[in-house]
Amino acid sequence: MTAPFDAGAHAEHMAKVMELTVLPEWQVTVVQHLAATAAAAELVLSFPLDDHVEPAPVFEP
Amino acid sequence: MTADILLRPVHEIAAAVQAHRLSARMVTEAAIARTEAANARLGAFTDLTLARARAEADAVDTAVRQGAEPPLAGVPYGTKNLFDIAGVVTRAGSKINRDNPPARADATLVRRMKDAGAILLGGLNMGEYAYDFTGENVHDGASLNPHDPTRMSGGSSGGSGTAVVSGMVAAALCSDTNGSIRVPASFCGLFGLKPTLGRLSRAGAFPFCASLDHLGPLARSARDLALLFDVLQGDDPADPMQVRRPLIAAVAAIDEGVSGLRIAVADGYFRRNGMPEASAAVDKVAAALGATRSVTVPEAARARAAAYVITTAEAAALHLDRLRTRAADFDPDVRDRLLSGAMVPAAWVIRAQRFRAWFRDAMRRVFADVDILLAPATPFHALPSGTKTVTLDGVAMPARPNIGIFTQPISFIGLPVVAVPVWLDGASLPVGVQVIAPAWREDLALRVAYHLERAGVAAAPVARQLEAA
Repeated sequence: MTAPFDAGAHAEHMAKVMELTVLPEWQVTVVQHLAATAAAAELVLSFPLDDHVEPAPVFEP
Repeated sequence: MTADILLRPVHEIAAAVQAHRLSARMVTEAAIARTEAANARLGAFTDLTLARARAEADAVDTAVRQGAEPPLAGVPYGTKNLFDIAGVVTRAGSKINRDNPPARADATLVRRMKDAGAILLGGLNMGEYAYDFTGENVHDGASLNPHDPTRMSGGSSGGSGTAVVSGMVAAALCSDTNGSIRVPASFCGLFGLKPTLGRLSRAGAFPFCASLDHLGPLARSARDLALLFDVLQGDDPADPMQVRRPLIAAVAAIDEGVSGLRIAVADGYFRRNGMPEASAAVDKVAAALGATRSVTVPEAARARAAAYVITTAEAAALHLDRLRTRAADFDPDVRDRLLSGAMVPAAWVIRAQRFRAWFRDAMRRVFADVDILLAPATPFHALPSGTKTVTLDGVAMPARPNIGIFTQPISFIGLPVVAVPVWLDGASLPVGVQVIAPAWREDLALRVAYHLERAGVAAAPVARQLEAA
């Protein structure tokens, strides 16, 4: 991610997309958690992976 | 006195019942009395199944009189309240699930315990939907640490830790997605086994994060973990994630000692982020094992981060309908994390799953050269109840999600771990060390844990103030 992640704007948008009600008194904490997850994701996304590295789960038909 | 048997481990209780020195009913009545005396104060059990316990005890006594020797004869135990117990509503630490009908059948592992002669006293308190490392629960109250009731029991299997270390029961069945067996083992001073991912059936246990959910036992001795593990193993077509592997005879191998095992201490991430007691406990265990090598777990911080992303997104997806319709009925600490998890972009999660495969391969290379890896179980002793922030490596951070920083990278790729309880000189609280083995080698971790127990380096006594209860 090159631009800083705007957790507040993302939360506001995604609450509508996902049909979630976030009461005003919950909002600060929800955004804090989202920012923490974004920071964790940035750590993962910044690690280069070969295109052939696949997710591990096996689905047995 | 019958009550004294409750201070003894699983294998001694079973031996006493098998040898007719005590009846299962006598042990059960003692366990019920102890539970009724202490439970309201400590918050261990949420659902008592005393009629069932007495019926199970009488059935065991009948079987023993007829010559049977059930391996867990008369052993009192409880289950984290996310396991189905026939006739009981599976609350999974929540208010919302209490509206569900009672479970129609036992979870697979509960059935295996019953078949082995164990006596179920009931369902145990836990963090809501297992998204917790504290043992606190807004609906049922906190499960307290019997070594110091002003402190956390650890979560999310908090009531399980409380019940086992207070001697109400000798063992508990728990779940561990990111550390929920190993954290209470560390905070309460117990032995805990998180087996390899896919080893034990999860059928009939309420899920948290399907990619990472494990089930396993807490107990007061390493031998007990082996005994329980032998009982709990076995194929179960009802669990689509279970991996069919040859069974391990854990008890038979537990006394093989540690000579010849290549044991190393995890450095870097696992040394940097803890308080002094975390490293001191690892050093004490390493010294007892003659382990002088250190190895670096590659990209441990990223592994932890990836587990964090997968957990929040998968758990939020599981609870999405409940978040839409009943958000106000969640524990606020859990709700706000789940709401944020429902907003996570798919690409983050899939990248984390791909990194998981990379990390698994990297750790396979580590274990090509090492048989056992030692790491702290928690960064510190049990925290005071209600602690909201902690400072680790100079950085202040929320306590609740970060208690599991050392457990999370390991369960991320499903490696088997025995958490062993260590008492440092002069310490009033225990702290745990993870004994980590390669995939499918629970036997190695159990051997090392048993060696440490016999050497007196790891010990899980019933909390002193409750010994005479």
